[in-house]
Amino acid sequence: MVLKVMSSNQAIAEAVKLVKPKVIPVYPITPQTTISEYLAKYVADGDIKAEYIRVESEHSAISACLGASGTGVRVFTATSSQGLALMHEIIFAAAGLRAPIVMADANRALSAPLSIWNDQQDSISERDSGWMQIYAENGQEALDSVLMSYKVSENKEVLLPTMVCIDGFILTHTVDPVDVPEQEEIDKFLPDYNPEHAYLDPERPMSIGTFTDPDYYMEARHDMEVAMEKAKTVISDVSQEFAETFGRKYEFIEKYRSEDADTILIAMGSICSTIKDVIDELREGGEKVGLVRVRVFRPFPVEEIYEAIKGASHVGVIDKNFSFSIGGVLHNNIKSMMDVNAAGFIVGLGGRDIKPSHIKEIVEKTKNPSNKPLWIGLKEEQ
Amino acid sequence: MELPEKEFLAPGHRACAGCGATIGVRLALKVLGENTVAVSATGCLEVITTPYPETAWEIPWMHVAFENAAAVASGVESALKAQGKTDTTVVVFGGDGGTADIGLQALSGAMERGHNLIYICYDNEAYMNTGIQRSGSTPYGASTTTSPHGKESFGEDKPKKNMPMIMAAHGVPYVATASISYPEDFMKKVKKAAEVDGPAYIHLQQPCTTGWGYSPAKTIELGRLAVETGSWILYEIEEGEFKVTYRPIQRKMVSEYLNAQKRFKHLSDIEKEKIQSHVDAICVELKI
Repeated sequence: MVLKVMSSNQAIAEAVKLVKPKVIPVYPITPQTTISEYLAKYVADGDIKAEYIRVESEHSAISACLGASGTGVRVFTATSSQGLALMHEIIFAAAGLRAPIVMADANRALSAPLSIWNDQQDSISERDSGWMQIYAENGQEALDSVLMSYKVSENKEVLLPTMVCIDGFILTHTVDPVDVPEQEEIDKFLPDYNPEHAYLDPERPMSIGTFTDPDYYMEARHDMEVAMEKAKTVISDVSQEFAETFGRKYEFIEKYRSEDADTILIAMGSICSTIKDVIDELREGGEKVGLVRVRVFRPFPVEEIYEAIKGASHVGVIDKNFSFSIGGVLHNNIKSMMDVNAAGFIVGLGGRDIKPSHIKEIVEKTKNPSNKPLWIGLKEEQ
Repeated sequence: MELPEKEFLAPGHRACAGCGATIGVRLALKVLGENTVAVSATGCLEVITTPYPETAWEIPWMHVAFENAAAVASGVESALKAQGKTDTTVVVFGGDGGTADIGLQALSGAMERGHNLIYICYDNEAYMNTGIQRSGSTPYGASTTTSPHGKESFGEDKPKKNMPMIMAAHGVPYVATASISYPEDFMKKVKKAAEVDGPAYIHLQQPCTTGWGYSPAKTIELGRLAVETGSWILYEIEEGEFKVTYRPIQRKMVSEYLNAQKRFKHLSDIEKEKIQSHVDAICVELKI
């Protein structure tokens, strides 16, 4: 294995090259843009044989993805923040039309005020769309997640799209060592996409995206929930197969020194690397602290999270998003789905730096929880 | 002109009696044939032809949303290209709202990128699917539910947006206007559009019995009156060259067209005169 040093954006582009999409509609937006640029270069160099469509908006990027996917080919696009918000309408349609699109989202704050920096409000706000969502911690996981996501999304039992989320700048523009699998291995792991449920083929005419009255709509939406449930098994199976081939195993959640922990933090994405460092330091001082990193956010791994935290005395959930009057969305999902007292913390909105000292503060406040979600790293009133 | 027997839009769909849109689709598909994929914008056509679990489409058909038909078609065309299926025609049917208003950006992008597709705007001159609201394509003086006439209003106070010329300005190699009441002219244009290597745009006027306010038996007659009075001009722009494709032998008075429709009934003679002089100015320039 030869590790190459690259940004998570490049890692995602490398993964896209390996899965050989036929159509790639893209529109630039910071901090996703370099994914589009890498892919443009791969297509220009003949390394990817695909139609690269320079669409005039993210709305058209996802629309063209859906048209191409409906025509029966594998597609890819990437976006961020305002772009994802602009896609919103078609994000729901893509899931409803059961198009196994895989899209990368470079997590970035939503306007206003305008910010190009990281938080996870953009993708979290699409949580009810019917897309599966993966939050990667580093470049390797970003690459591997794209590879696995195609196999999960295209599975006949699932047929739902997947959003692979990476923290803007923190991952998109920093480099770490990544193992890029060989093309031959991926060709074996991921067969060609040959849809049986939806295709536009004059030899077998089909109408896709019809008008539905109240006799059918609920069933169509319920079918999606059934598929989301089945995706749990498929994700496990694909992850197992991936581990056997490539030697890297990904679970729904990653448990870090949480087995005997009295205090457990729960978080998603790149912040978990900082938390792990802080945990190591606190453990050296004899404090039993651990982390549960939620990797797969949809389908939501209720059992896995509950099993991992039920033995802890204190649980703190860290969100880089906020639902007004309610608090962090991960925090509230956990509280609503399991019998656990969990403190909630809002951090890092709009790229506010999260320092080890903030994590230590969160650990302390988790041990003496407040009823309300606490905003950590907020400036003192002036 | 030979009119193929084969239908690709099945009867039994939910269109109003006298619907002009479905006439246009039937004629276009007779020309394009079975090796065609159709994409529709949300609107009358999509709703009336695909009440799940039924469909009137005998060819592959896709609908996603209101404003993105041209973008969806871009994806379809690219996917067909990537699969080597370059002999399959991609045709888009969008209403005037889905084309001139909410879908203009996606259409502009698709046309400027040069996708090999035919975009047919079926123009009934208002948002008919939601119940006759004013669109950018609503003509001057028309009363709609959002541009009603009243004490302070004579109805729509802006001229119709000139979509075909906007498309021509994109450098689209084939742009044409058409009317469902002149099927031979329309079908010839669809054939030319299909033969063009690159995008083509056809702006098809189609009278709407409920929105315009006339008897369902009169749809073809209304379409003819629009053209015979010079209110709707049939032309094509081939590689930038403008040509009128039909000239009425004796141009009729615009009032004959206006008076046949409820949407113009309220207009005073002064407003009708204004419309007549506007039409005259254009027709004189084009020698119609």
